[in-house]
Amino acid sequence: MQIKSGRAGNKDARKMIECSEAIAEATALCKPAVVATYPITPQTHIVEMLAKMHSEGRVNSEIINVESEHSAMSACIGAEACGVRTFTASSSQGIALMSEMLFIASGMRLPIVMAVANRALSAPINIWNDHSDTMAQRDAGWLQFYCENAQEAYDSIIQAYKISEQKDIMLPSMVCVDGFTLSHLWEPVKMLSQADVDSFLPVYNPLYKLDSEIPVTMGALAYPNTYMHFKKQQQDAMLNAVEVIKKTNLEFGKRFSRIYGNGMIETYKIEDAKEAIVAMGSVCSTARIVIDRLRQKGRKIGLIKIRAFRPFPNEELKKIAGKIEKIAVIDRAISLGNSGPLFIEIKATLPKSHINNFIVGLGGRDISENIIESIVKKIGQKQEIEWVF
Amino acid sequence: MNGYSKMKRIKKLGQAKKETKKIREEKLEEFEGFVSGHNACAGCGAAIAMRHIARVAGRNSIISIATGCMEVVSTSYPLTAWKLPLIHSAFENAAATASGIDAALRHLNKKTNVIAIAGDGGTFDIGFQALSGAIERNQNFLFICYDNEAYMNTGIQRSGSTPRFTETTTSPYGRVLHGKLEWKKQMPFIVAAHGCYSATASIAFLSDFHAKIKKALAIPGPKFISVLAPCTIGWKIQNSDAIEISRLAVQTGIFPLYEVENGTVKLNFDIKSRPVSEYLKRQGRFEHLNDREIREVQKKVDEIYGRIKNLSNLQIKIF
Repeated sequence: MQIKSGRAGNKDARKMIECSEAIAEATALCKPAVVATYPITPQTHIVEMLAKMHSEGRVNSEIINVESEHSAMSACIGAEACGVRTFTASSSQGIALMSEMLFIASGMRLPIVMAVANRALSAPINIWNDHSDTMAQRDAGWLQFYCENAQEAYDSIIQAYKISEQKDIMLPSMVCVDGFTLSHLWEPVKMLSQADVDSFLPVYNPLYKLDSEIPVTMGALAYPNTYMHFKKQQQDAMLNAVEVIKKTNLEFGKRFSRIYGNGMIETYKIEDAKEAIVAMGSVCSTARIVIDRLRQKGRKIGLIKIRAFRPFPNEELKKIAGKIEKIAVIDRAISLGNSGPLFIEIKATLPKSHINNFIVGLGGRDISENIIESIVKKIGQKQEIEWVF
Repeated sequence: MNGYSKMKRIKKLGQAKKETKKIREEKLEEFEGFVSGHNACAGCGAAIAMRHIARVAGRNSIISIATGCMEVVSTSYPLTAWKLPLIHSAFENAAATASGIDAALRHLNKKTNVIAIAGDGGTFDIGFQALSGAIERNQNFLFICYDNEAYMNTGIQRSGSTPRFTETTTSPYGRVLHGKLEWKKQMPFIVAAHGCYSATASIAFLSDFHAKIKKALAIPGPKFISVLAPCTIGWKIQNSDAIEISRLAVQTGIFPLYEVENGTVKLNFDIKSRPVSEYLKRQGRFEHLNDREIREVQKKVDEIYGRIKNLSNLQIKIF
């Protein structure tokens, strides 16, 4: 069976929809019991849509209009601990405020799914897109998926629940879309039916939950003799997730004819490439156009899209990097005092490759085709890290 | 004796027998949800409060506990002192976590008591926003603050609940400053201003504490109880003194027992009969107080107690 890429597919069942609404629609199909809502630009449309669906009786979830993002994640933790599915969405300062609870959600092995409309962090305050908010949560123990378009966001929400809730994973997931650039973009999205999702996503039934019939203590105090074991188990679960992400992606593809590379990474014209652009999120679509143009001129260049940043696709990258001589890593965040966070990871995975790092698009600065072209011109240059304004 | 009164007597006797049987059955069923083996200090007031909360709330309850003494002493992995389902996630969010539990239970159509427990730090200070938010949202839960009037778990630092002149490690007694400068936050009234049931309780008045927990759990929506929980280390008192100091706190009017229900104040025991010095002088945390300072405390206590008593007598709806 031939599986088409996420961008292709059957045009008949498509609906013109805003990406935020697509995320809300996908969430509704997953039937979360509790949704915690708190506004923050540019995520707000997602929870607004869910509240609207709730008021119209289209979703059966309990909506908690919390008083902060910290409480949003806390409420999700409390609800998820009762053995039900939960959802929330946030951005930027909201992610920073709930940071404490992100670590606790993963440490308590609660498979919460959160949509993130990526936005720059203050100061200076800025509401536009870059990846600094979720990059700062790299070590929070959440699976992180970065989506390229509304269809991928829609599909990834459904996949995220399935991946997170596997018994040998039980870790929360972030499904990230570029704020405004993607979150507010209207695109044709192929919708799934409730029956489709019900057949793909099993009912959530965790081993342990808060239940007065079988009392358990959750969130206990771990002394130095046990704490490290808990962390090792989390790491093992993260590593287990690699195969599950691939398997889930494949299963999704077989059922609904949409697939995103191998689930961890997606490549474009990489088979014979000598050069590659590595990027995450919506910028990948711009890169594809530039690559097509350069290919016409005979340049052997391809794209590696990092779809799952956590767990990191180490083996997947090593497998395809052999023939690639030069790599340009596009980062929409900066680890101040070092380089782009994606670059740091790629360099550690592929120590023998020649890799340049380009810091672009911070705080919503547009990444045009011209910018990508100028980056490609600089592939292989001596200067390792360059800011492209 | 006519037939009627005899019948009445027999009926009464029967009723009394039934009631005795009921009480006996209740006793047999008496449930301990917070059991021995925890690591609380000898004579800990908060641990006594926990035991009674769990006992009165009963099996059909879920606890959301904030980081703090009671969480630390009762959940050392792989042990637990709780026979009730319990979740701890962070310091400032007992009420927010309870909100999630409340929502999940509503979705599952389960009727289970949801009880959030936090110390004064997790209630008056860092937990205040989550508490206020959860009450405003009308979440169905009971929030119990075990008030030991400082951050005891971290080694006795001042909180919004610490009374004026108290010596703590961050409000020490020195040549210039004599302990904490500010008065205690009037938390039960602040919570009551949200429009929900709010009460104070004491481990020296257990039947009152039990009755308040029972009453609160029967009220739909948010409820708040603040129970004074002497800390032997932080208050610098004898291990055997927690109950007696709690009783003195009520008898001196420093910690009056009252309820705010439907916006109306009710002083449960009008027994203020002793000077505050009797309470203060028993505790090492106040031992540096001079006569002027004790008079100042007495004046403040008289003022607040008088106000509560007036409100209670007048029965005006204040919230």
